[in-house]
Amino acid sequence: MATRERDPGPAPLPGPGAAAETPAGAAGRETGGSLRVIVATFAENRAAVAGLVLIIAIALFCFTGPLVYRTNQVTVQLGIAKLPPSGRYPLGTDPSGYNVLGRLMLGGQSSLELGFAVSIATTVLGTLYGAVAGLAGGIVDAVMMRVIDTFLAIPGLVLLLILVNVFTPNLWVIILLLTLLSWLAIARLVRGEVLTLRTREFVQAAKMMGATSRRIVLRHLVPNAIGVIVVNATFTVADAILTLSALSFLGLGLPPPQADWGGMLSNGLNYLFDGYWWMVYPPAIILIITVVAFNLIGDAIRDSLDVRLQRP
Amino acid sequence: MTAYLVRRVGQAVVVVIGVMILTFVLIHMEPGSAARATLGPRATAGRIAIFNSTYGLNEPLDRQFITYLDQVVHGNFGTSYSLQEPVSSLIAQRLPRDFLLLGLSTVLALLIALPLGIYQAVRRNGIGDYVYTGIAFTLYSMPDFFFAILLIAVFSVQLQILPPEAPQATTVAGMLADPRALILPVVTLALINVASFSRYMRSSAIDTLAQDYIRVARAKGLPERLVLSRHVLRNSLLPVVTIVGLSFPAIVAGAVIAEAVFNYPGMGLLFYQAATSHDFPVLLGSTLVVGVSTVIGSLAADIVYAVLDPRIRYGHA
Repeated sequence: MATRERDPGPAPLPGPGAAAETPAGAAGRETGGSLRVIVATFAENRAAVAGLVLIIAIALFCFTGPLVYRTNQVTVQLGIAKLPPSGRYPLGTDPSGYNVLGRLMLGGQSSLELGFAVSIATTVLGTLYGAVAGLAGGIVDAVMMRVIDTFLAIPGLVLLLILVNVFTPNLWVIILLLTLLSWLAIARLVRGEVLTLRTREFVQAAKMMGATSRRIVLRHLVPNAIGVIVVNATFTVADAILTLSALSFLGLGLPPPQADWGGMLSNGLNYLFDGYWWMVYPPAIILIITVVAFNLIGDAIRDSLDVRLQRP
Repeated sequence: MTAYLVRRVGQAVVVVIGVMILTFVLIHMEPGSAARATLGPRATAGRIAIFNSTYGLNEPLDRQFITYLDQVVHGNFGTSYSLQEPVSSLIAQRLPRDFLLLGLSTVLALLIALPLGIYQAVRRNGIGDYVYTGIAFTLYSMPDFFFAILLIAVFSVQLQILPPEAPQATTVAGMLADPRALILPVVTLALINVASFSRYMRSSAIDTLAQDYIRVARAKGLPERLVLSRHVLRNSLLPVVTIVGLSFPAIVAGAVIAEAVFNYPGMGLLFYQAATSHDFPVLLGSTLVVGVSTVIGSLAADIVYAVLDPRIRYGHA
């Protein structure tokens, strides 16, 4: 669910000389410090590597699979509906006569696209909002935070149910709506980061050298808060995929002939008690594996930022 | 402390007003939808005009909002379009049932999650820790509705030991009279929350175990059982209290799904039905109740935190 509270994890400790000291133009080196730590610790974490491998494999399956394994996912063919798995249909067919294996690929495309799109949009929106609020301080900060509190007071799913009734759902509308609901957490986290970072010497130094607010946010504050941002972005992908599936279950997901794993799963559940297991378990398993993989990666990055968990 | 409380309550009031404005604007963004949904697709333009003027929907938005605000202050949440009953009585009927569902499942979730989190922290990176982490991860990553239906498939269809539907009695006492029917909804919601609560408890307990006073307690020969219950449990509880308070919206979202699956006659089901039938007064009323509960929940968590932890003093913050 988009609204689940996550342990935001510890603040990333900016390495010595992580930002301001590097000469202008060395953008790569500015973010290098904390990114390098993330990558190094990440590679040591077997669960995280497994998660990454899984995601790459699933993405290949969804996006290159249809090039090799061509199936009809457009016209309804009731003559071949609800067929059990066989050589011709490895995972059977669904009530509209779609090949389930081929539909898993198509559905995965929507689910992954949605997850990544929501995550990117959320990260950009939330980071900028949080950074501006934290940097501005005072009354501006207070007003901006009350806006977030207001949105957070209403459970995301509840707000979403209202919104999908106002707008007719399609992939883009759902991406937009999920983004509107998920940027709140990251905005808060980044604001918190900025509040602690802005008193640090390198930000003060940059300010004294006459850097503009925009430069301070983009060059100094965001790169130093990158850890929290990356962790949250990873979790957001998983949450968006899960929320879309909940919407599908409530009958407010993507309309056919579009498909997503959650929609396939909730359609299939109507037939579970009649023994059509192949419409339920394949989408359920691939959905759960994908979400687990993203959560594993997020957890691993968070652990890698937590110095308390690192053994000497 | 008093100054902090006053400011905190002031913020809460602002947020509640914000919630009202937000939901009101959102719900009225699509004009005419309520009349269509209530009267059906074949309603004539004349009928729709009558409907809109009956419920004041043809007034300007700001005036509708003022009217609504005035009604709410006087305890009147309007009348449901589709059920033709006062929203306040619809909510009053359902709220106690939600206290039952959310209360039982949250208590059950904590009873499982707290010992489990401590166990995992103590046996950190052992086989038990890995197994429970794996289970928690899978549960956490599973769509709530799928988990609920799996439980129905196992306990109601295969084993036939538990009914798949929640008790339909009108009173809480009536629902308690049918405890077997309560098991599946409560357990589903509890296990969904155990997955996240136990993760927090685990990391909180790991932090606590590294503290010097734990080493002192062990060094002075305190039995491990007492170390865990007296020192680790109590000191790890604080962050978890906050998280449970802040998780309230997530718990409510889980309840919407669980109520839809088990046909549990609570606020979640009421809200879901209202959302699909464009029943504005019910949507507004129930969103307001949930929003206010959330604000009170986080306020309570902050206050409990301050009372439990003498190190936290909000004098200057």
